[in-house]
Amino acid sequence: MQLKRWLNNYVRIWGVYDMAYDESEGEGVWIYCEQEKGEIHPVSYELLNKGRELADDLNTHLTALFLTPDGSDAQELVYRGADRIYLLEHDNFNYPNEIPFRENIVKLVEDNKPEILLIGATHFGRSLAPRVAGALETGLTADCTGLKIEKGDFVQIRPAFTGNILAHISTDRCPKMSTVRYKEFDESERDTGREGEIIDIEPLEYDGPDVKILNEMIIEDINIQEAEIVVSGGKGLKDSQDFEIIEELCSTLGGTVGSSRPLVDEGWISRNHQVGYSGNRVKPNLYIACGISGAPQHLAGMKESKIIVAINTDPSAPIFDYADYGIIGDLYEVVPKLIKELREG
Amino acid sequence: MANFSIIVPIKEVPDIEKVNFDREKGRIDRSSATSEPNPFDLNALEEAVKIKEEIGGNITVISMGPPQAEDTLRDAIARGGDKAILLTDKGFAGSDTWATSYTLATAIKKLGHYDLIICGEKTVDGDTGQVGPEIAEVLDIPHVSYVNKTIERGKDSIIVQTEVWGRLYKKELKFPGLITVTKDLNEPRLPTLTNKLKAKSAEIERWGLDDLLDTGDEKHFGIKGSPTSVVNIEVPKEKGRKSKIFEGKDAAKKMVEQLRKDLGGI
Repeated sequence: MQLKRWLNNYVRIWGVYDMAYDESEGEGVWIYCEQEKGEIHPVSYELLNKGRELADDLNTHLTALFLTPDGSDAQELVYRGADRIYLLEHDNFNYPNEIPFRENIVKLVEDNKPEILLIGATHFGRSLAPRVAGALETGLTADCTGLKIEKGDFVQIRPAFTGNILAHISTDRCPKMSTVRYKEFDESERDTGREGEIIDIEPLEYDGPDVKILNEMIIEDINIQEAEIVVSGGKGLKDSQDFEIIEELCSTLGGTVGSSRPLVDEGWISRNHQVGYSGNRVKPNLYIACGISGAPQHLAGMKESKIIVAINTDPSAPIFDYADYGIIGDLYEVVPKLIKELREG
Repeated sequence: MANFSIIVPIKEVPDIEKVNFDREKGRIDRSSATSEPNPFDLNALEEAVKIKEEIGGNITVISMGPPQAEDTLRDAIARGGDKAILLTDKGFAGSDTWATSYTLATAIKKLGHYDLIICGEKTVDGDTGQVGPEIAEVLDIPHVSYVNKTIERGKDSIIVQTEVWGRLYKKELKFPGLITVTKDLNEPRLPTLTNKLKAKSAEIERWGLDDLLDTGDEKHFGIKGSPTSVVNIEVPKEKGRKSKIFEGKDAAKKMVEQLRKDLGGI
């Protein structure tokens, strides 16, 4: 500790960073492999895919940090593209308490000095990453939708102002950290022929808990971001009861119900169903917007959907500029007909 | 024993629903939108007021921004804040999330005693959600993010509910600590007329860079202290889909046929 303080003072005199390090010192691409109670979160495979691409462009290695209660899946990370796994197994990692994760990640970074560190922009990732970046006194770019190497530099791309612009962001010290939007990149392919090194690391002692976990409960509620089909209702609905029509179309298709913001604000449906910039961003195979005009706030949450269908009485509604198919008409007439057609098919 | 003390950082943001965007120039027309307090921060303030009503104490609201952000702090006083501090200085300009968090944390250190810091989940303009946890890191205190409910509010700790890992967790946070809150937490009330009048004459303290140098290191402030910078702005080409409109009494039938063709088994 004494030595560290002395070193810190020493580098401070020379105007170098305390915890972060110079760009020329950073080497390698790292990803944080998110797990939930030992189960690997799919965003980790997306990070491995993007991380592999960046590492190849930089002609360097790809490392996965796997802090988990059960390391039996570590080999899977090799099959998915990692050259090296730092495996830290401990019961502390069975709970979403950021501090023991931060302690260990910061130590690994300080010992090995990677150039880039990517973390999934899940709730946990977005809570953990700022603590790691803060401890290392380095930059963190939130919720990136694009990452690339341009003339040897790492460029982080993220939407700003309701997705109207894409900001290209660069970080002047290492590690360069980003959180990466879930479902933005494809998962890496699994190749059981791949080889990699799994390095066991003894986790640091953690004498918390600063935060005590009293109870956990699996959420039965919907996860609209995972849905393959979403049917949403908007201001074209006249009464909260009328969500039944949307629900019926939805269950006919086996989809999930969505909503534009005004109806959530009215309390007609819970916020878990809200699609939009300030709600959930969805990217299903099929998105059906019923009685939604297409305010920028809503479009920002669904315009990446594969097929978009719009049903609206107003032919000049902006939603039609974003839709693949449309019917100009009253949802109260059109939706029941769609249900009938689908059932007859 | 010191008074129970809550701190709520608040940002003044453009009204994101109304702000116009000049696609040609790739610039935001700030004059097109009025400023308002970041909506998520109002949920944070509302919870602070509720806690104060239940267990007593005082609320300090703090904002970093241009001098006109004073309006947002007055609004916060009208909504129940007791004391307001505006961090304003040219030396703070161009701060990224790290420099912003560092500045706010440094000011909080300067305030001295505090028990609980409540932040909104994110701001509607920056949309990073990083500043809350980064403040906690600089202050070296624990935090809980995405709190959607407070269950038990005490003077030494708070029990909250948060959604993470596809589960709901009940967590106890010992003070001093920080929480970031979602919009599900509460319904912010509107300021009363009496409180609005009180806020009009309230004193807003202003702190500049010099005021923070006893608790902070100069190299972490403003544009110089910011590790990240915007190197380019790209105006994405709108994908612009050509809507195929189905008409007539067979419209629904044609639509379903089309979707079956595109998607298969529906």
